[in-house]
Amino acid sequence: MPVIRTLLCGMMILAAVTAPAPAPALDAAEARHLLARSGFGGSAAEIEALAPLTREEAAAAILTRAGSTAVTPPPAWEADWLPPKRGSMSEAERLALRDTQREQGRELKAWWLAEMRTTPSPLTEVMTLFWHNHFTSSLAKVKAPALLYRQNVLLRRHALGNFAALLHAIARDPAMLIYLDNASSRKGAPNENFARELMELFTLGEGRYSEADLKEAARAFTGWSLDRETDAFRFRAAWHDGGEKEILGRRGTFDGDDVIALLLDRPETAEFIVVKLWRQFVSEAPDAAEVRRLAAIFRDGGYEMKPLLAAIFTSDAFWAPENRGRLVKSPVDLVVGSLRLFDLPVNDDRDLAWLTRRLGQDLFDPPDVKGWPGGTAWITGASLLDRQTLLARLTGSAEAATATPAAAGMERPVESNAQHRAAFFDTWVAGLPAPWQGAEAMTTLMLAIPPVDAAVLDRRASGALARSLLADPAYHLK
Amino acid sequence: MPALTRRQLLTAAAIAPFIGTLPRAFARSAPAPRILVLVELNGGNDGLNTVIPYADAHYAAARPTLAIARDRVLQLDERLGLHPALAPLMPLWQAKNLGVALGVGYKPTNRSHFRSIEIWNSASTAEETLQDGWLHRVLTETGIDGTAQSAIEDPAFDAQGIVLGGPEGPLAGSALAPVVMRDPRQLGQAVRLLDGQETPTGNPALAHILTTRARMHGAALDVARRLKEAPPITTTFPKSALGRQFELAADLIAAGVPASFFKLQHSGYDTHAQQAPRHAALLGDLAEALVTFRQAMIEVGAWDRVLVVTYAEFGRRAAENASGGSDHGTAAPHFLLGGRLGGGFYGEQPRLDDLEGGDLTPRLDFRRLYAAVAQGWLGLPPAPGSLGRHAPLPLFG
Repeated sequence: MPVIRTLLCGMMILAAVTAPAPAPALDAAEARHLLARSGFGGSAAEIEALAPLTREEAAAAILTRAGSTAVTPPPAWEADWLPPKRGSMSEAERLALRDTQREQGRELKAWWLAEMRTTPSPLTEVMTLFWHNHFTSSLAKVKAPALLYRQNVLLRRHALGNFAALLHAIARDPAMLIYLDNASSRKGAPNENFARELMELFTLGEGRYSEADLKEAARAFTGWSLDRETDAFRFRAAWHDGGEKEILGRRGTFDGDDVIALLLDRPETAEFIVVKLWRQFVSEAPDAAEVRRLAAIFRDGGYEMKPLLAAIFTSDAFWAPENRGRLVKSPVDLVVGSLRLFDLPVNDDRDLAWLTRRLGQDLFDPPDVKGWPGGTAWITGASLLDRQTLLARLTGSAEAATATPAAAGMERPVESNAQHRAAFFDTWVAGLPAPWQGAEAMTTLMLAIPPVDAAVLDRRASGALARSLLADPAYHLK
Repeated sequence: MPALTRRQLLTAAAIAPFIGTLPRAFARSAPAPRILVLVELNGGNDGLNTVIPYADAHYAAARPTLAIARDRVLQLDERLGLHPALAPLMPLWQAKNLGVALGVGYKPTNRSHFRSIEIWNSASTAEETLQDGWLHRVLTETGIDGTAQSAIEDPAFDAQGIVLGGPEGPLAGSALAPVVMRDPRQLGQAVRLLDGQETPTGNPALAHILTTRARMHGAALDVARRLKEAPPITTTFPKSALGRQFELAADLIAAGVPASFFKLQHSGYDTHAQQAPRHAALLGDLAEALVTFRQAMIEVGAWDRVLVVTYAEFGRRAAENASGGSDHGTAAPHFLLGGRLGGGFYGEQPRLDDLEGGDLTPRLDFRRLYAAVAQGWLGLPPAPGSLGRHAPLPLFG
């Protein structure tokens, strides 16, 4: 029948038009979104480099260039560090050691922040920080900054590598063995701390194992200890409980690696990690079906991180407009991102460590084994005012009102360079590539969502507008 | 180009005068609220050189260079006396406005500053880690927020905390919604930095930021207005950091800011070396500030509704160390001051001839002190989850 034929032809034409259309390139806001979530935000040039690519190409570009080592030289004391012999120390020597460790701790934090603000691979640092917040260890407990440095190197090496390999490695990591008390765990008196967090916080998640499971797992990790002379990992066979255990319904003379393998066998582990990554990269509300899909990719791919991150960065949820600008910048995001965006010089990275600590994120010293809660918990009345004060300080708009340094024990006078700072933002705007010189384009560059307070008129961008966008509540979102 | 220097960042923090969350300005029909002022002796005070067992020969023996000579000790009774730097407190002792809780601590004492103050702040056991302060726990458990069975209908206090020194500590948590104030001169700055629109939004993260900002802004405005309207206090405070905190507390109380809970911090007690002059200066500063605060409270007619309590993460070891200092220890005495206090000693001085590994044995669990404050001062029923198991000290008659 002619009618039907006409209909069929029409449908074929429609199909021809819609099906093989080439994937569209990103727009500037989308390129910015990917850079803000996968790193510490992007400059105009970085956005321009990604914008012509498709989602898949852009995600691949970021993942392909991600490194696994830091470019910043490590602190000098790291290389030949050996554990101090506290037992034979005098009180004065112990005090001196404490001071040394305190100073080294500051240098360690400064080192990482220097790496974050200069790295060519921000995703590497974002993921290293993700794992630091997952496999937490703290200077407060471990004491030796060198061990935390080595753990950080380990986390970075595996940050975008293989989760299974990272899990096996972290269980032997000296800082972790000290932090969760496994170094002294021995047959007959197993310490359950590591085994508990391994199940609750590192793999399965709470409620997905029994107390009996973790007690048995603790037996399997007995003897995973440290060498007294070097603090390197050492398996002490005499301390190890080689007997039969029953863990998660399986029986065997399991050791620690066997337990890890059992945990990696469980589907809950992949889902647990995917949910955490979703909160890191996508939104505070993980989508159950998407989590299952991504967890399957993760598990079936042998826990390789890059395919999983590629799947996240190309998921519809990642790009959905309703998920843009809905994650709160961490203190590190805020500080490092601002430094990178405006290419601000830093006199001493230890100041940055002090600042992120003040804002609630003391690197290498998470509040407890669960790490920083993150999300909206970053914003309290206290931290919001500190953040606004910092940003006002950056833009110079707080200068005039801060000529009273007596407050809170601050003794040193403040240089008054408000005009200097105003001029800095004028220069910064003038230096933007031509397409970014409009007020709306610059707003896209600086904010994930439209500003709340600042009025953006359809005209040329100005330093004054840049400063008001920095002070806007929207600047705290990514 | 503006470099981000430590100096500027420090100042950036210093101008954060008013940090916290929401003011809970209840409409009060009851009389003026009771006030609790908590003073953290940060670092762990050397109790043995604060309230001194001068009659015990073991004291001088344990402290060849640090012991205060018997004739310099300000005697409170035939066994115990105050460090001479605490002389300003003697009239309060005689007026029975000063209480001394002896041998306060917990077992087993954690020697980490960080961990031990966490235990004191939250009144947790040594095994659990809690984020909320003990006052939050007590208030929520006894229903100040109306959620528990024993909800308090007409509390004797305003459930709002103000932190004037150090972290929120015992005030942390939503029940007191603590506001942190660093310097009243900077209130205007906070008002300006947190001004802005509270636009309705479907973005939950943005909504959280805007709500937090509006609450802070409201609190800053409210306090600034009250301080402006209140008549100034004529009592002159010491110019030390602690003196300034007490001065601000007095100003806020006199201005009728609806907050009952103040947290102050006196830093520097971690005296591992060359302790003698530093400790004397600290105690002198503390005593001056306390006495001046009492004067100011008497001036504004508030002393009868004020209770001041000191606390610290731990005391120090019985024996002095080789550096003329003292190391992290266990039990220590703490001071209570207030117009309605019975005064005198509470508990027993730990014995110096019965040390545990060189340390005093805590004789009074700090949670008994807290329970006394919660029940005896704030008028709360026993808190079922936190302090309920600890018999309150009989502080008030």
